[in-house]
Amino acid sequence: MRVPLSWLREYVDLPATETGRDVQAKLISAGLEVETVEQLGADLKGPLVVGQVLTIEELEGFKKPIRFCTVDVGQANGTGEPQEIVCGARNFSVGDKVVVVLPGATLPGGFHIAARKTYGKVSHGMICSTDELGMGDDGSHGIIVLPPEHEVGTDAIELLELVDEVLDIAVTPDRGYCLSMRGVARETATAYGLPLRDPALLDVPAPNAFGYPVQITDPRGCDRFTARTVTGIEPETRSPIWLKRRLQKAGMRPISLAVDITNYVMLELGQPLHAYDRTRVQGAIGVRRAEKGEKLTTLDDVTRTLDPEDLVIVDDRGPIGLAGVMGGAHTEIGDGLESHTTEVVIESAHFDPIAIARTARRHKLSSEASRRFERGVDPLAAAAAAQRTVDLLVLLAGGTADAGVTEVVAPSAPATITIPADHPDKVAGMTYGRETVVRRLQEIGCDVYGQDELVVSVPSWRPDLTDPNDLAEEVIRLEGYENLPSTLPRPPAGRGLTPRQRLHRRIGRALAAAGYVEALTYPFMGTAVLDQLNVPADDPRRTLVTLVNPLSDEEPALRTTLLPGLLGALRRNDGRGSHDLALFETGLVFHPKAERSVAGILPVHGRPADEDLATLQAALPDQPKHAAVVLAGAREQAGWWGKGRPSDWADAVEAARILAREAGTELIVRKGQYEPWHPGRCAELLVVLDGEERVIGHAGELHPGVLKTLGLPARTSAMEIDLDALERASAGVPSAPRISAMPVATQDVALVVDQAVPAAEVEAALREGAGELLEAIRLFDVYHNEEQLGDGRKSLAYALRFRAADRTLTADEASAARDAAVATAAERFGAVLRGA
Amino acid sequence: MSAPNKSYDPVEVEALKPENIERMRDEALAAFAAADSLEALQEAKTAHAGGASPLALANREIGALPPQAKAEAGKRVGQARGAVNKALAVRQAELEAERDARVLVEESVDVTLPYDRVPAGARHPLTTMMERVADVFVSMGYEIAEGPEVEAEWFNFDALNFGPDHPARQMQDTFFVEGPQGPGTTDGESGVVLRTHTSPVQARALLDREPPVYVVCPGRVYRTDELDATHTPVFHQIELLAVDEGLTMADLKGTLDHMVQALFGADMKTRLRPNFFPFTEPSAEMDMLCYVCKGESIGNPDRPCRTCSSEGWIELGGCGMVNPRVLTACGVDPEKYSGFAFGFGIERMLMFRHNVEDMRDMVEGDVRFTRPFGMEI
Repeated sequence: MRVPLSWLREYVDLPATETGRDVQAKLISAGLEVETVEQLGADLKGPLVVGQVLTIEELEGFKKPIRFCTVDVGQANGTGEPQEIVCGARNFSVGDKVVVVLPGATLPGGFHIAARKTYGKVSHGMICSTDELGMGDDGSHGIIVLPPEHEVGTDAIELLELVDEVLDIAVTPDRGYCLSMRGVARETATAYGLPLRDPALLDVPAPNAFGYPVQITDPRGCDRFTARTVTGIEPETRSPIWLKRRLQKAGMRPISLAVDITNYVMLELGQPLHAYDRTRVQGAIGVRRAEKGEKLTTLDDVTRTLDPEDLVIVDDRGPIGLAGVMGGAHTEIGDGLESHTTEVVIESAHFDPIAIARTARRHKLSSEASRRFERGVDPLAAAAAAQRTVDLLVLLAGGTADAGVTEVVAPSAPATITIPADHPDKVAGMTYGRETVVRRLQEIGCDVYGQDELVVSVPSWRPDLTDPNDLAEEVIRLEGYENLPSTLPRPPAGRGLTPRQRLHRRIGRALAAAGYVEALTYPFMGTAVLDQLNVPADDPRRTLVTLVNPLSDEEPALRTTLLPGLLGALRRNDGRGSHDLALFETGLVFHPKAERSVAGILPVHGRPADEDLATLQAALPDQPKHAAVVLAGAREQAGWWGKGRPSDWADAVEAARILAREAGTELIVRKGQYEPWHPGRCAELLVVLDGEERVIGHAGELHPGVLKTLGLPARTSAMEIDLDALERASAGVPSAPRISAMPVATQDVALVVDQAVPAAEVEAALREGAGELLEAIRLFDVYHNEEQLGDGRKSLAYALRFRAADRTLTADEASAARDAAVATAAERFGAVLRGA
Repeated sequence: MSAPNKSYDPVEVEALKPENIERMRDEALAAFAAADSLEALQEAKTAHAGGASPLALANREIGALPPQAKAEAGKRVGQARGAVNKALAVRQAELEAERDARVLVEESVDVTLPYDRVPAGARHPLTTMMERVADVFVSMGYEIAEGPEVEAEWFNFDALNFGPDHPARQMQDTFFVEGPQGPGTTDGESGVVLRTHTSPVQARALLDREPPVYVVCPGRVYRTDELDATHTPVFHQIELLAVDEGLTMADLKGTLDHMVQALFGADMKTRLRPNFFPFTEPSAEMDMLCYVCKGESIGNPDRPCRTCSSEGWIELGGCGMVNPRVLTACGVDPEKYSGFAFGFGIERMLMFRHNVEDMRDMVEGDVRFTRPFGMEI
């Protein structure tokens, strides 16, 4: 809502010294979001005067038509001689009154005017258009042609009300009444403690039987309809300057007098109005729901198929308007040569906010009218708004008010709310006292009865006031939020973070400590990237949660894997010149439930039943938290210390081990095959959950083909794991090991096994065979040599550390344990001691 | 060499002549003194104190002397050898000390050499910012509550007093999730959305717990804005909810003041301005004093403040007293309990707290942006 300060002053006697910024501060503190204060004409400087065109000489030989004019500006130029001005516009004639800016003046935007040579003539000023004067759109985009009554030489800055301040207010959905000058004036008056001149307080004639016939068949959709008729309108009459200027400052475009008047009254009183050309309406005006398949062409020339829920205005032939949203084209009032409107029926009605909101949404048609009806219009102002419209049509358009007054009203009682007088005190946490509470409620228009229990009848323009806390807010905001005390509540003693929350933090720190940089990528994904990742057709990662309204048609779904986002970040970094990269992300992935269901809308009048809440949960996709890393380039950089080391599959697997260590979970690593990983360099990550091994992730080098398709660096590696599963498999609180102070006995063994035998299994066999005395085992070398070891064989060298808790081991004891370990490996994998 | 029974005059044993012993000793001492390295000393040692040195050879001759001469000769040689060995040890120590000092000098390095063998990693500042804010409240006794990002409309809207036709519901630029298609379905309607705020966690927290409830809910939220310098469709919020007996707006104000003091310094404060949110009543917009200019840039063109655009205050987010209708929908008796809630965007806070100028820097995952933030902020 744009509120010109000059207009606001009509209803509230603000001190003359108050600026727009002052009013802004007051209204903000009262709860109106005044976003800006526009300074109209702030840098405007005259002379800017009314002139009359005396002669026009058409200049020839230029690319566009140019006129050389002489204009009478009276004594404004100091000489009284005609002013010579070159002008490129053509919408004026000799004798027209125009607005002339003279040399020495400054137009909005700091545009200085001086006499200058142009098109072979000297132009002493300019004949002005609305754009040049910063007046806003009037649809003409041409020279302003003033009504003839304005005298030559008159100051046009004042005449056109060019200097003003305009408050732009973003009206919140609860304050529909502030979509009017009346509402903003009421808030201003309260904020300043000044009286309000309520523009809705008009003398309105009583309804009678000879007004225009109106039939309402849906009183729930339309509980009030006032119809008034004005005849004898002079169709050529234009809107006066003041009316146009107020509309322009409020952000509306002047159109024709009758339309301008209905818009003006809407801005003033907040009541949307509609004027029908009476000669085009057949029979009674009705309000009803649309019939299925009915069509209506609205004023914007769009033919709309109506929905049976749409509330429509009809005449004998069918719909003539979408009630409260937009009128129909057929009954539009005309001011053109071919369609003079001289008789109008004015509709001032009140419609159900929900019906209007739904219709506006359904037809994607948000209008000034629908915006107001959705947020609540004062039903008791309808008659006054109709009267104000009639008055202005009589005054400005030479019309005659018809004596008939139609008013159809569904009976209703004012809403009342009962609150304890100290309710606002209890909400605020400070004491206002009954007197203040009552006074503040009265200021916003409530009637208040009672002592300790207040019975508050809310004003018709405040349909948002329904609950005790609504009244508390009114009191507290008018008393000033800035005056609230500051106290601290005392919550019960807390328990800190949950183990899961601690784990998530720890994981982030551990990966960052290992050199990984966190990325938070968007979870939007399409099937194209799954194709690029070679994900098979029947893979669960292809079962997606899809969005109805995605931002991009390429990514209409939610991710089932973190890799696409993370690889995208990797590629972006690589493209920007960072080539040695280790990135990680933790975040949700989304899998639809096998049984797809719909989450219903549960009641809100009390806690829903647990089984109803369960249906909501059942309709949500599974949203496990995953962790992933991607690596490319060097893991260790080359430098003065020596060579670097490229990142590889082993770093990716190690990342999983870091997470498992933090989670206190034993991680099983096995050779796996899973897209998009390199089939020979993919580890399957498993944990034991509920007694069963479960694959919860993969790590390794990505498939070279995938890397090529995605344009990623060669040898890019990645790991992704289900963090929730990893956490569930946690062994819990670690138990302290017993530390023996006895001497250690170390034994090294090199075992030759087949290439295909996994080192992890050889190690497991050694551990098992070595028995209790084994303290630690470490693989320190892997050796391939066909000549020495034989075809397809490899040598694994292990360092075994033996120690007993209670004695120094003898060499024989240690050797026996080692031999037992080797024997188990030999038995299981045909391992042979190297050199044996 | 010598025959047992032959009479033997020590004087005839050339090597044992006193002047010869003295000469041998002096030559040894001179050789040690002249040795300028451990290697040279080693050579001198072999020559003058080794098994084949003149003194050693002389010593061997003593055995051949008649008993009466042995003592004297032995004493003479012994004294000479003692002096030689002592001189050797002293010189040895001197040269070793010299060598050690030299080695330390030689081993010195350029300690300014860079060492970026494994470049440091970092957590994303949005993550650490959320944790930092949450920890302010955890230290006061609040719990951290979490909820799903794909959420039922009922939780995201209805439970929070956004009715099906509430204008505010249309203001939220919501991503809707496609529902089941085909016969027997509601034609793709799912009743499921990407949560537009962290507020549904309020409703979940109230349904999951008995009051008193004190929770903070950090998390990711979604709105259908295209990414640009100031908007992102995926962003982060932190929400707070307190429901207890007798909570007031003053408690809300105090809690907000405490938060900005904990995050921005002891002299910070907040300001409330009336606003509208369906799930709070009364509702307010909350601003914090600009932590850079402390409000001194207001109306002071000489001291413009970039952080707050010389407004003196920085808009944080929305807050208010929990609408009793929300309590009712979650099974909490509004006659007995009241509560307050607030929520704000983490991106915004990161932007003004760390001078981030472009929203895209926070979403692109460029390591150059994230690294400087390290582990905590």
